[in-house]
Amino acid sequence: MGSQGGFYQSKEFLDLVKSIGEARSKAEEDRIVLSEIETLKRRISEPDIPKRKMKEYILRLVYIEMLGHDASFGYIHAVKMTHDDSLLVKRTGYLAVTLFLNEDHDLIILIVNTIQKDLKSDNYLVVCAALNAVCKLINEETIPAVLPQVVELLGHPKEAVRKKAIMALHRFYQKSPSSVSHLISNFRKRLCDNDPGVMGATLCPLFDLIAQDVNSYKDLVISFVSILKQVAERRLSKAYDYHQMPAPFIQIKLLKILALLGSGDKQASETMYTVVGDIFKKCDSSSNIGNAVLYECICCVSSIYPNTKLLDSAADAISRFLKSDSHNLKYMGIDALGRLIKISPEIAEQHQLAVIDCLEDPDDTLKRKTFELLYKMTKSTNVEVIVDRMIGYMISINDNHYKTEIASRCVELAEQFAPSNQWFIQTMNKVFEHAGDLVNIKIAHNLMRLIAEGFGEDDDNADSKLRSSAVESYLHILGEPKLPSVFLQVICWVLGEYGTADGMFSASDVTGKLCDVAEAYSSNETVKAYAVTALMKIYAFEIAAGRKVDMLPECQSLMEELLASHSTDLQQRAYELQAVIGLDVHAVECIMPLDASCEDIEVDKGLSFLDGYIQEAIEKGAQPYIPESERSGLINMGNFRNQNHHESLHGLRFEAYELPKPAESAEPEPMYPRETYQTPVSPIPSNPSDAGSAELKLRLDGVQQKWGRPTYTPETSTSNSTSQKSVNGASAVNSTREAYASRKPQVEISHEKQKLAASLFGGTSKPEKRPATGHKVSKASSHMVEKSHVPNSSMEVAPEKAAPAQPPPDLLDLGEPTATSTAPSLDPFKQLEGLLDTTQDALAANSATTASRSPDVMALLYADTPIGIHNKDDADLLSGLSNPSVTNMAGATARPRLSQSSSKGSNPKDSLEKDALVRQMGVNPSSQNPNMFKDLLG
Amino acid sequence: MIHFVLLISRQGKVRLTKWYSPYSQKERTKVIRELSGVILTRGPKLCNFVDWRGFKVVYKRYASLYFCMCIDQDDNELEVLEIIHHFVEILDRYFGSVCELDLIFNFHKAYYILDELLLAGELQESSKKTIARLIAAQDSLVETAKEQASSISNIIAQATK
Repeated sequence: MGSQGGFYQSKEFLDLVKSIGEARSKAEEDRIVLSEIETLKRRISEPDIPKRKMKEYILRLVYIEMLGHDASFGYIHAVKMTHDDSLLVKRTGYLAVTLFLNEDHDLIILIVNTIQKDLKSDNYLVVCAALNAVCKLINEETIPAVLPQVVELLGHPKEAVRKKAIMALHRFYQKSPSSVSHLISNFRKRLCDNDPGVMGATLCPLFDLIAQDVNSYKDLVISFVSILKQVAERRLSKAYDYHQMPAPFIQIKLLKILALLGSGDKQASETMYTVVGDIFKKCDSSSNIGNAVLYECICCVSSIYPNTKLLDSAADAISRFLKSDSHNLKYMGIDALGRLIKISPEIAEQHQLAVIDCLEDPDDTLKRKTFELLYKMTKSTNVEVIVDRMIGYMISINDNHYKTEIASRCVELAEQFAPSNQWFIQTMNKVFEHAGDLVNIKIAHNLMRLIAEGFGEDDDNADSKLRSSAVESYLHILGEPKLPSVFLQVICWVLGEYGTADGMFSASDVTGKLCDVAEAYSSNETVKAYAVTALMKIYAFEIAAGRKVDMLPECQSLMEELLASHSTDLQQRAYELQAVIGLDVHAVECIMPLDASCEDIEVDKGLSFLDGYIQEAIEKGAQPYIPESERSGLINMGNFRNQNHHESLHGLRFEAYELPKPAESAEPEPMYPRETYQTPVSPIPSNPSDAGSAELKLRLDGVQQKWGRPTYTPETSTSNSTSQKSVNGASAVNSTREAYASRKPQVEISHEKQKLAASLFGGTSKPEKRPATGHKVSKASSHMVEKSHVPNSSMEVAPEKAAPAQPPPDLLDLGEPTATSTAPSLDPFKQLEGLLDTTQDALAANSATTASRSPDVMALLYADTPIGIHNKDDADLLSGLSNPSVTNMAGATARPRLSQSSSKGSNPKDSLEKDALVRQMGVNPSSQNPNMFKDLLG
Repeated sequence: MIHFVLLISRQGKVRLTKWYSPYSQKERTKVIRELSGVILTRGPKLCNFVDWRGFKVVYKRYASLYFCMCIDQDDNELEVLEIIHHFVEILDRYFGSVCELDLIFNFHKAYYILDELLLAGELQESSKKTIARLIAAQDSLVETAKEQASSISNIIAQATK
């Protein structure tokens, strides 16, 4: 063996590591590294450095860069090293460049030549080193430079080279599929390689290829099945055994491939049943790797054409996972459950308590996985509980990435399964309130469209109730201090459209609130623009209804401020508002018809209504309009202006331009400017010049896009009585808050848990209230698909999702008995856990002092706990582990030690010596880190 | 696919990093800071997986050293956990009861071993014996080179033989 822990670096490097190890703060470490960088910069550019020295410098650079500092000054030296003739030096060079450079670095072009040469080398170690570099450094442009040689290496006598060549081709395929598309037969050929390592490596590219195009590889099903069979029957060399499992990594890869090939293909799946069933039986569920293979089997079974026997085995394996004490296995169990419920939804019922436990678990990872599962099993009967939980969790976390994800999931579920309008509005309010800045703006637009269009059914009464409840809740929410911009936009728009529609709130109430918004978020122009337009709408509706308009004083001052705003957009809106207020009832009705946001507007793109005017102008001697395509490139701005000048009477344009682009894209209410162009009585005289038409076109495109987008479709709940609804709406916020507050204590009690389980898994609390809702959702959504122009993704999946949402009736009366029977059975485990905990603590203390040892106790203890043995630091564990009766993993861990005990390190004495050596070197203060010198596997 | 491999000590010191997907130096520093914050603070009984920016990070602690690998959402976490263990076993066999110091002072060797185990973010070889043989072949060059260090021409002769 090469190194045997010999630290044959130079004294300088050792000192560096030592001083960094002793650094008390990040600042101190940085200082040390910076001075090291200075030294290296100086040294490395000296002439005639011996190769050995240079090699060391480069490794020191690698070390510095690993610590997060910039070593780019030395990259070129690393590149030069790859040119060296000596393999030793070259290898270091290649190692350094693969660590330093990304595939798009400029220096790579200097290495390609060397790589080409090295790929042709007689020494297979040189070829291997070059292939390692190929995998990391070659990019799309340089693939052709090395491709022929790499392909040639597929036939190299050394299996290590063939293997790396396959991996390199795989990388090429990932970077640029077209570059290797003609070489795919090579992958098939390598599948039959004599060396299992090469065969195993070939599975990686094949997996990718099959994932891309399943049908071209159906002929390989038989081969894969027979390989898997051979692997499972231990036909591969013993060297591929891992913890007594025959080549588990290859098995996993093969199972993944079979899952792809068997998906939706009954015939192919049938050939797999036997071998997958065998693996289920053979897997040793006490070792981690055995469980990894089991998990992969479950994935495979849930992907291929269903087979009852296999599904049963999978269900058994899942319940073993979920009942396990290990969080890892629980996590895998939850994941596997999520896969299997697609095929057999009833399986979730048996595990409801385990799922609830995972949901309550302090482990965030497990919790999120469980939310994922819940998301998959949401239906109209349990949507309220699930979304409520999700939102509660969403509020509690800080991780924006996940917050965004869970927020969009809440919205998706709410849109699909909303049991009532009020609930939907409340849910959306909560999502927007807490994650408004994170959600996609489209979600806001969808919400506005929903409120505007209603639920797509002809129940105007329900629609208007939805609107009033939205208005009411928004007016209430505006009292909150800080709201996200997106949410404020929605609120302003809805208040503008429907604030006064049902007569519950007076115009002055609503306008007062809107002014408050504009004032409180004065730095946010988009919100202000929304608020002003909303004000305009409310005043217009007031005028149209024949009421007298009194502008509130704060509103007037707001207008004054905006009329002088730096933002042309805000200014224009303010002027328009002023103009609208001055108009008579008839004109206002034309400009701002009540509740017309959903009306289709026919746009005359040819502007034919101007024909007469143009004719007149031409007769008077104006130049005819030349389409842009004809004058492009020929006429510069000057000409254009001239033309404009000729045509119009004045040289300068005084009207404001149309809204700036960014503001527009964020806007849902493009109705007023568009309509001003439409109606003859327009508050702003539009300039009927060619420039105006260009402007108009631009504007319309935006409009088109916005209104062409599809709506989403929650089902309409059949109308309840009016009074009940408004009561619900008013009290809903409070009641949900109470629910939040009381949740924590609730879950401690097993009875409450059962209740939660019941409500999640189809519960008794909700007896088949809406048996047909699933059907209804799909019907409604398909109806909407027809109606909308471009179906969006959530719509497309809607019918699919709705399918499993029809619960078989017998699911509902589930498991009080199961519940009670599982609960107590968990307890002894918990007690044991507690017991183990304390002993482990004590043990850790022991090992820290390294003085007192108690082999017998530990041997006893760990014989009971199969997993997690290698975490323990104590060398004496080995005596317990090498006992043949203990688990696989333990046995395998112990094996290398036994075989090497003569050479080094497996007994405590050697470890201590190593310790002592290290201490002499003073690399690490042992008080800070007593475990540092313990063997990693010990 | 494995996007990167990180070895971090309990104090948050980086012991080894290998990036299979492109990350700029700035991103690397950020990734390490974020992940060590998440992983080092996790309790001992929690599961060995962490959600991170839409990826999953599988980690395992050996003595005072955390081995972390970042994988895609649909990869098999338990398998990756075993890949980590596989790596540690190979290191252990190579160094003979490997400890953190072996990795600090011989980090380049750890890289060489990792290069035989993983390539382009995939498991390249699952046989310990094969990897050990390859590394030994490379090391035999080093040994001879050391013996004949006085004569550079000898090294060249050896390397290109």
